Amino acid sequence: MNNNSGENMKPVIFVENLTKVFGKFTAVNSISFEVNKGEIFGFLGANGAGKTTAMKMLCGLLKPTSGRGSVAGFDITREPERVKANIGYMSQRFSLYDDLRVWENFRLFGGIYGLKEREISQTTERMLHELGFTQERNTMVKSLPAGWKQKLAFSVAIIHNPGIVFLDEPTGGVDPKARRQFWELIYDAAERGITIFVTTHYMDEAEYCSRVSIMKDGAIDALDTPANLKLKYGAKSMDEVFYQLANSKR
Amino acid sequence: MKSSDISVEAKGVSKNYSSVKALDDLSLSVQKGEMFGLIGPDGAGKSTLFRILTTLILPDSGVATIEGFDIKRDYKSIRRIIGYMPGRFSLYGDLTVDENLSFFASVFNVKVADNYPLIENIFKDIAPFGSRRASRLSGGMKQKLALSCALIHKPSVLFLDEPTTGVDPVSRREFWQMLERLKTYGITIVVSTSYMDEALLCDRVALIKEGRVLSSDSPRGVIDSYQNTLLAIWGDDMHSLLKELRSYNEVKSVYSFGQEHHIAIDKKLYNHNYIDSLTQKLEERGERNFHIKVIAPTIEDCYMEFSANKEGYE
Repeated sequence: MNNNSGENMKPVIFVENLTKVFGKFTAVNSISFEVNKGEIFGFLGANGAGKTTAMKMLCGLLKPTSGRGSVAGFDITREPERVKANIGYMSQRFSLYDDLRVWENFRLFGGIYGLKEREISQTTERMLHELGFTQERNTMVKSLPAGWKQKLAFSVAIIHNPGIVFLDEPTGGVDPKARRQFWELIYDAAERGITIFVTTHYMDEAEYCSRVSIMKDGAIDALDTPANLKLKYGAKSMDEVFYQLANSKR
Repeated sequence: MKSSDISVEAKGVSKNYSSVKALDDLSLSVQKGEMFGLIGPDGAGKSTLFRILTTLILPDSGVATIEGFDIKRDYKSIRRIIGYMPGRFSLYGDLTVDENLSFFASVFNVKVADNYPLIENIFKDIAPFGSRRASRLSGGMKQKLALSCALIHKPSVLFLDEPTTGVDPVSRREFWQMLERLKTYGITIVVSTSYMDEALLCDRVALIKEGRVLSSDSPRGVIDSYQNTLLAIWGDDMHSLLKELRSYNEVKSVYSFGQEHHIAIDKKLYNHNYIDSLTQKLEERGERNFHIKVIAPTIEDCYMEFSANKEGYE
């Protein structure tokens, strides 16, 4: 964010008219947007609005029907494998292996991302230290409290120091306190220059984003900073903005 | 409270999983027709409590009754009069919407038509998708189907374990409107949630931590019992403000609340000069363009206070 060189000014995500059609159903309808380095980008929308489909295309997991996009400098249609290697991903449901110890999860994901043995162990130790989890390195993941698992899953998702990390409802069902601790990790990562792309149903979390987009019926209905969105819709909170958009007819 | 007014009662319930204490001498009582919220951190024991009250597992010690029936002795009677929606989607994904509903009706020996008026309002949105497999429904629709199935035998008590996790704000609001309607039928509802705005919609809430009830009161009562002076601060660099404020002794806690941070100050250490001196201190540390004011606590502030108090570190 402090560096104004040409390289850093290039958007980390660039998407133009991205579309996905399943049979007769248009899940994502020609969306266009950019996300800049170090931004915390909130990707909001109702259940079924097309967020997951859009996110799968951005992560190189699903081929777009039309339109184009690049993520971390790679084309999502032509270079999906390179996209995958250069991003981090964390989902609410599946993120860590319950039956492996804490350090084994780091070892596994580090290996998948092609890190060297030494890098993995150094990074693991550093991350455990930062989280205050050093004593838990040999603990089975399944016996950790849910709030701890979320934090570990986030660290594992960025073990290969990706330019961008995708977080799919990382705080779903997490209690208010653990949610806030999780967002502090997000902030720390963003300050280190990792771009954050996050979905959430908690509207207070939308306020923590640099910019948010709100999807409805496959299209992006609004995209701006939380402050500007509230101004535009004459709303006191992002909650109100969300309701107004959800109830408006296109 | 007459005992006949009590719908759900737990006394000294404990449950251990090997070395983990899931419930630790927990007691609570829920009145007939009440909307009762369980809130607490992950791993507090909420789901274990649901499983005990719905007679799916036995406690190690303690007693509990549902509508006067004992969870051990009368489990068969209890199962006929309760509805339960577990935290995870637990319908049959390979059955269609209609098949799921008929299946649950047949398990309880009723016909879908018998109690249809009760679920009509909920089911009408998914009725057009009657022949779609449950696994292919959107999150909001799955929720409605699960609630319909839990209600098809017209239970006296409804147990909902985090019914709105992963549900968007608009569908969440709809879901709670449905619960309000169910209340008019006199159904007792016990619901757990991690959304504090939902806690506010309950008649009473129990704050649960480490298997114990810390407090059980109306949302208003919980808010009125808040012990600190609460300030809101907002400005240009919210992250830097958060870190700075954390380092101050008189600050009991600072948490982000959307576009503001909430600062809890010990009442004894707060006086009318405090905001001025805090402003000065922050400015000396290089913070610019921020505003501070005294605010009333929300239930979420109370929750943060409760979970901090019992943890011993912060």
